[in-house]
Amino acid sequence: MTSGILHVDMDAFFASCEVARRPELRGRPVIVGGLGARGVVSAANYPARAYGVHSALPMAMARRRCPRGVFLSPDFTEYKRVSDSVMAIFRDVTPLVEPLSVDEAFLDVRGARRLFGEPREIAEGIRERIFAEHDITCTVGVAPTKFMAKLASTKAKPDGLLVIEPDGVLAFLHPLPVSDLWGVGEKTASSLARLGLHTVGDVAALPVARLRAAVGQAAALHLHELASGRDPRTVNVTREEKSVGAETTFDTDVSDPDVLRRALLELSNKVGSRARRAGYVGRTVTVKIRFDDFRTITRSRTLHTPTDVARELFTLANALLTEHSGGAALRLIGVRLEGLVETGRVARQPALGEREHGWRDAEQTVDSLRERFGAKVVRPASLLDPAAGDH
Amino acid sequence: MKFRVERDALTTAVTWTAKSLPTRPSVPVLAGALLSVNDGALTISGFDYEISSQVTVNVEADAPGTALVSGRLLAEIVKALPAKPVEFAAVDGHAEITCGSARFTLPTMPVEDYPALPAMPGAVGTIPADVFATAVSQVAVAAGRDDTLPTMTGVQVEMIGTSLALLATDRYRMAVRELDWAPDDDDINLTMLIPAKALSDTARSFGPAGGDVTIAMPQEGGTGLVGFSAQNRHTTSRVLDGQLPKLRSLLPTAYNAKLRVTAAELVEVSRRVALVAERDTRIQLRIDSEGLVVEAGGTEDAKASEAMDCEYDGEPMTVAFNSQYLLDGLSAINAPTAVLSFTDPMKPVVLTGAAPGEDDEVQEIEGYKYLLQPLRFES
Repeated sequence: MTSGILHVDMDAFFASCEVARRPELRGRPVIVGGLGARGVVSAANYPARAYGVHSALPMAMARRRCPRGVFLSPDFTEYKRVSDSVMAIFRDVTPLVEPLSVDEAFLDVRGARRLFGEPREIAEGIRERIFAEHDITCTVGVAPTKFMAKLASTKAKPDGLLVIEPDGVLAFLHPLPVSDLWGVGEKTASSLARLGLHTVGDVAALPVARLRAAVGQAAALHLHELASGRDPRTVNVTREEKSVGAETTFDTDVSDPDVLRRALLELSNKVGSRARRAGYVGRTVTVKIRFDDFRTITRSRTLHTPTDVARELFTLANALLTEHSGGAALRLIGVRLEGLVETGRVARQPALGEREHGWRDAEQTVDSLRERFGAKVVRPASLLDPAAGDH
Repeated sequence: MKFRVERDALTTAVTWTAKSLPTRPSVPVLAGALLSVNDGALTISGFDYEISSQVTVNVEADAPGTALVSGRLLAEIVKALPAKPVEFAAVDGHAEITCGSARFTLPTMPVEDYPALPAMPGAVGTIPADVFATAVSQVAVAAGRDDTLPTMTGVQVEMIGTSLALLATDRYRMAVRELDWAPDDDDINLTMLIPAKALSDTARSFGPAGGDVTIAMPQEGGTGLVGFSAQNRHTTSRVLDGQLPKLRSLLPTAYNAKLRVTAAELVEVSRRVALVAERDTRIQLRIDSEGLVVEAGGTEDAKASEAMDCEYDGEPMTVAFNSQYLLDGLSAINAPTAVLSFTDPMKPVVLTGAAPGEDDEVQEIEGYKYLLQPLRFES
């Protein structure tokens, strides 16, 4: 095993793109995100981070912490343009590129060494080229596995490069806190802490059987492998679309069940329509609920037959929402369809007595009407807004 | 409190009660079995706010009283005791069990904290226990398991005069069993929805003992409760709100095609073929006058097919089912021959049983129907 996996992560990507096209902003705190009452920071450059501004912080808080910052609304078209160009740079080096989002990707460069040199040189080359062509910086982690490469880039941020050689993996990994392990959240971390396990090395040293008692069979094997520096995942070029989702943040917290139902119906319609357009049906429906105190929960339920029918998504999502929101004031709700498979590959189980032309046909008709006449042409009656003069 | 009893009688009673106790009680006392001795009889009760069970055993009572002990532990202990008289005594916070030379001391829980069991409602009629057990198992298989649709998790019991109908559906299939029973009042007209799990556990536990089961329920304006008794055992269960969707009208009155096969053989073939079907558990029946071919295809081009003998009367056709639903129906008909009656390959199929009658002619068995919606292919 050699260190041939790269994790490339753009530094404060949205903010960097803004600074790149407006050089007068260089050195000033730049914060990109939703500027409305309920906006959240999407990206903050390093001068802004010095004020304690970071992504996912409520915008109101960011303004308080950094009153002299430059606050910008995101321009996704621009970021997508830069992102495509950066991904193209990666693909010049190796075809094995797995984009994780617009601003990060894994690269497998083991086959590129003869052409471009050692992974360290390849990483340097990528960093230089991105900076020269786009005037933005990135951080690259180089390691024998994806997990280690990602850890390396996290440690080297910003504008850095860290190479972990195979024989240096354990020395790097073992002093790290357990929370750095992929899959360890607060809950697992506290179960591990109860066993006196604080560092990755502690976890690696523990027999799997004892770990299993604390975190369960699957998690125990997973953690033990990671803690020992093993990660069998390969760089996966064709990432399957694993889920389709939509969410909405309310301008003011909502507890009115009718308003929530309507919002959920609209989200379900969006998700159903996207799934149908992409040619997928999904088996699991997940709702995301964020309460007024920012506590966020997701709850899912699995259908026994995969669907792309908004009506079915809504029924399940609404049941989950009613059960888990407890009538509380909500800040955000989301609906997601997971466990996707291509539509043509499954037979659908209709309900007894379901008409042959049921909701799905109706929704498909709506899809095609919208394609021709725009998104607002047909909607469920309950989504008509009397105040806006829809009728 | 103190009593003596033969081990076997105690074991049967304790085991039966312990089965209905919650594995994860909402409050610790609900994991308890309540033992009370009165007038030479021991009553053992269990309750989880949804289902209550109570069994009475004759004992040699030395002192009346009550004691609450862990039901599961008590069940394990009595099962392991030697076949000798058992002496049970409860004093100050613990219970002592003595049997031969074995001796156990168990902690007791405060009886004051134990909730009062619901009173048994009035009897409305009776039905033989074994017949009831079979009927319930034939129907409960079609009940839903999705708690977001609580109505579908019930078996609807319709009592109209001397006919009793049991009905369950999870929207994709429906099972209906109609049979006779002995109502106390021939003009009875009552319908209730009983949680399928509670009903099938009860019916199954009453079945082997034989005799009659008495059904008890509050008359008009009841308290959301149903009761069952047989011999010395009594159970109550909460009932569900609402009614099942009216799907009976989907049962066709005339058919365009009929398929008769050996039920056990179709079960075996379907299980074998379904091995390749993976998550998408579809199996197809291709039927023509030549015979029946059962086939399934999974992802990655895995395929399986098997031909079998059948009697078929109708146009050649192909129909697809969720394999588990088909298998459930094939075992629920409880008959050597399965009859699938079709109107159209896209429309619900009726599965019934058939068996050789008096003149060895295979006859369809009346009284049970399993309606199943075939799968549809989308583009």
